[in-house]
Amino acid sequence: MIDQRFVGVWSTPVLNVVEKGAVRKFADAIGDPNPIYRDEAYAATTRFGRIVAPPTFSRTFDYGALPGCELEQDGLIHGEQTFHYHRPLFVGDELLCSFRLADMSFRTSADGKMVFLIYEQRGVTKVGEEVFTERMTVISREEVKS
Amino acid sequence: MTTSWEVGQWLPTLEKGPITQVDLVKYAGASGDYNPIHTVEAFAKEKGLGGVIAHGMLTMGYVGQMLTDFAWPLFDLTDYSVRFRAMVRPGDTILCKGKITRVAKDGDMTVATVQVFAENLSGETVVKGTATLRLA
Repeated sequence: MIDQRFVGVWSTPVLNVVEKGAVRKFADAIGDPNPIYRDEAYAATTRFGRIVAPPTFSRTFDYGALPGCELEQDGLIHGEQTFHYHRPLFVGDELLCSFRLADMSFRTSADGKMVFLIYEQRGVTKVGEEVFTERMTVISREEVKS
Repeated sequence: MTTSWEVGQWLPTLEKGPITQVDLVKYAGASGDYNPIHTVEAFAKEKGLGGVIAHGMLTMGYVGQMLTDFAWPLFDLTDYSVRFRAMVRPGDTILCKGKITRVAKDGDMTVATVQVFAENLSGETVVKGTATLRLA
């Protein structure tokens, strides 16, 4: 069960590798035929110089866990999603990814009590270069301690 | 390099769909989001959703395609945010649209703010947000 103790605490970073096959599969799932996600020869002719990942690809990463800070998936609503990119994700990138619960707030409506959870995620290279950050608002009806 | 970015300019509209249940299974597999409300009809009905609904991030991916079709590889995409406003279901066709609402200089860079949205064929907005493009 989530409670205020978790606000602000970063998870232990997990190493994620941007794999060529995973990028192609993700682009396929969106139905995006852009060769920049698949074709090394084409990508080499672009300003990026190599295959990049679609802008929402970082949602596939493992950001680690905060033991005890888990939510039932049931009844969760994804309200908002924000990405900030310092550069595109390249195939072969090795990124240390972590998350924190940035804020939690309570609202009471006719349907009962709702909890608004704001998570932040980030991906950093092994030499400490921040590549992207994310912010995600999730709305839950699960009982959460205030 | 100079741009022809202008406030009020529309990005080319991208039409996606009609979305199938297989599309949702593929997105679940590619993204790792296996919440059964997106893939298991009986489960989604039991949860009062009336049937499976698409992952919000799938629609955000569609709008992302509209953005990168316009921006990449020439421009940088530095920010992309959306709010999820309505459910998307199998059978829906989604129109992804973007309009430049601001063009500004930041040192040597030109920065464009794009208002983005996705709507279904009934004209209902399912996703709405903003993106920032930069050109050196």
